Amino acid sequence: MKLKKELPLHLMLIPGVLVTLIYAYGPMFGIVMAFQKFQPALGFLKSKWIGLKNFEYVFHLPDFNQVLWNTTFISVMKIVFGLAVPLLMALLLNEVAKNWFKRMIQTSIFLPFFLSWAVLGGIMIELFSLKGPVNALLSLFGVDPIMFMASNNWFVTIIIASDVWKGMGYNMIIFLAAIVSINANLYEAAEVDGAGRWKQALHITLPGMASIIILICTLSLGGVLNAGFDQILILYNPIVYEKADVIDTFVYRLGLFDQQYAPAAAIGLFKSAISVVLVSLSYYLAYRFSNYRIF
Amino acid sequence: MHFYKQTAGRKLFNVVNLSFLTIVTFMCVVPFIHLLAVSLSSNAAASAGSVKLWPVGFTLEAYGFLGQKPEFLRSLGVTLQRVVLGTAINMLLVFLTAYPLSKTHEQFRYRVYYVWFFAITMFFGGGLIPTYIVVKETGLMNSIWALIIPGALSVWNAVLMLNFFRGIPRDMEEAALIDGAGHWSILWKVYLPVSLPSIATIGLFTLVGHWNSWFDGILYMNSPDNYPLQTYLSTLVTSINIKMITVEDLSTLQNLSERTLRTAQIFLGALPIMLVYPFLQKYFIKGMTVGSVKE
Repeated sequence: MKLKKELPLHLMLIPGVLVTLIYAYGPMFGIVMAFQKFQPALGFLKSKWIGLKNFEYVFHLPDFNQVLWNTTFISVMKIVFGLAVPLLMALLLNEVAKNWFKRMIQTSIFLPFFLSWAVLGGIMIELFSLKGPVNALLSLFGVDPIMFMASNNWFVTIIIASDVWKGMGYNMIIFLAAIVSINANLYEAAEVDGAGRWKQALHITLPGMASIIILICTLSLGGVLNAGFDQILILYNPIVYEKADVIDTFVYRLGLFDQQYAPAAAIGLFKSAISVVLVSLSYYLAYRFSNYRIF
Repeated sequence: MHFYKQTAGRKLFNVVNLSFLTIVTFMCVVPFIHLLAVSLSSNAAASAGSVKLWPVGFTLEAYGFLGQKPEFLRSLGVTLQRVVLGTAINMLLVFLTAYPLSKTHEQFRYRVYYVWFFAITMFFGGGLIPTYIVVKETGLMNSIWALIIPGALSVWNAVLMLNFFRGIPRDMEEAALIDGAGHWSILWKVYLPVSLPSIATIGLFTLVGHWNSWFDGILYMNSPDNYPLQTYLSTLVTSINIKMITVEDLSTLQNLSERTLRTAQIFLGALPIMLVYPFLQKYFIKGMTVGSVKE
């Protein structure tokens, strides 16, 4: 009786379970290739087991430490500025009295968020090219043209800045929503006590946003090893590999260009193993501090 | 809004603040205006880099050329196919997965096992290389299904949907049960009609996601003929793919600057989203808050 009643529920789940089983659990099982001398013709089951040799190989690759450092540096910078800039923007926007102006700014800032890195990358390369508008603008101040995209000094800055630029609208709107939900009585009371706008922002608005700031911080912790694969892939070039190559781009080139599937999968597993700890930790902290739950 | 005394300091702040916000707003919009201006300029002006925010030597040549460019039109066709099929399939799987999981333990005893089955994939993944091998082994390479099936179930979207389903009053479901309705008709006739706002939100997320993704095209399509639009655009940007340029193109390219052509294509790749996103904004904002802190 009970089973019959629940049968439709099981049936509904079949497509989702199948897709997840094949394309999410399949690759998880496929990770065994990191311990094999993997040969595509033999597959996961018949390739020869070689223990930790792939790991030894990749950890001794000359670029590996640099790649690890690049990944952490780029993503930590993206998290810090990706949080601070929208926070500042939200606080400043909150001081604007005219609603139409507020809406106009909000809409404009949101634009890059909706576009792909294929499009935005094209725009970046156009803007920062030798004959592009950025160099034209700089030449007005007597600065010689700079090859931004092929400069190890500039490239990472551009990567971080353009990522902040793309994501700004999203976090800003979350912050604005948090500001709106702060009790208006608090501001009135502060007014009576003679607190100016600056003090109000410092002592009411910021503390009122603390929980959402902590939440966004903790949730971004899980992505520390994702430095923005598709952005870097579209913008980088061999000249800036030294500073811009991150784990994902390294795995991509090693695995799919050099066809070294198993060593590439070994780096992938290394990354997944650290990420699973970070993601679990971030969800745990988000739950502890902000009562955030996914399910 | 409260009433504030306009002190001199406050006035100065307002001026500085509005100027700053206006500059940031320009930074988000001006790149797109520049892109459009270059695409509408003459080759000579574009190659010389003399175009700023207004076309120099206005011409529609680049767009006229694109109208007959088979690569561009073909990839647009692939994208349209992918957006329609992909969004439909994604949404169907979201409904079918979210509905059973939104039940209580009493209604669906096995719920918790399924929840774990899906939740694990949010913490751990196989990584790029094993996923690539699985897609290859399941025979999807070089077909549009490679862009749709592996990501057919977004667990995250299913979670958003199930949280919404949970908010539907139990009375509605019980009334339908008394009338003899089964789970299938409760899903289609009771749940979905009252969930239109969240369906719109998740549907738009999915649709924009399909329009924007480009890396899966690079990964799974052997032949550039099967590239979706954004993948094709990414090859223009990185110019890693020389085989995209045909002989007929070369003769025309001599007359038509590569720059005007490239900017025209990138602009068209961004245009549909630029046209609709101001209206979609409010749905996105709603969707973002659905997933955040629960009381």
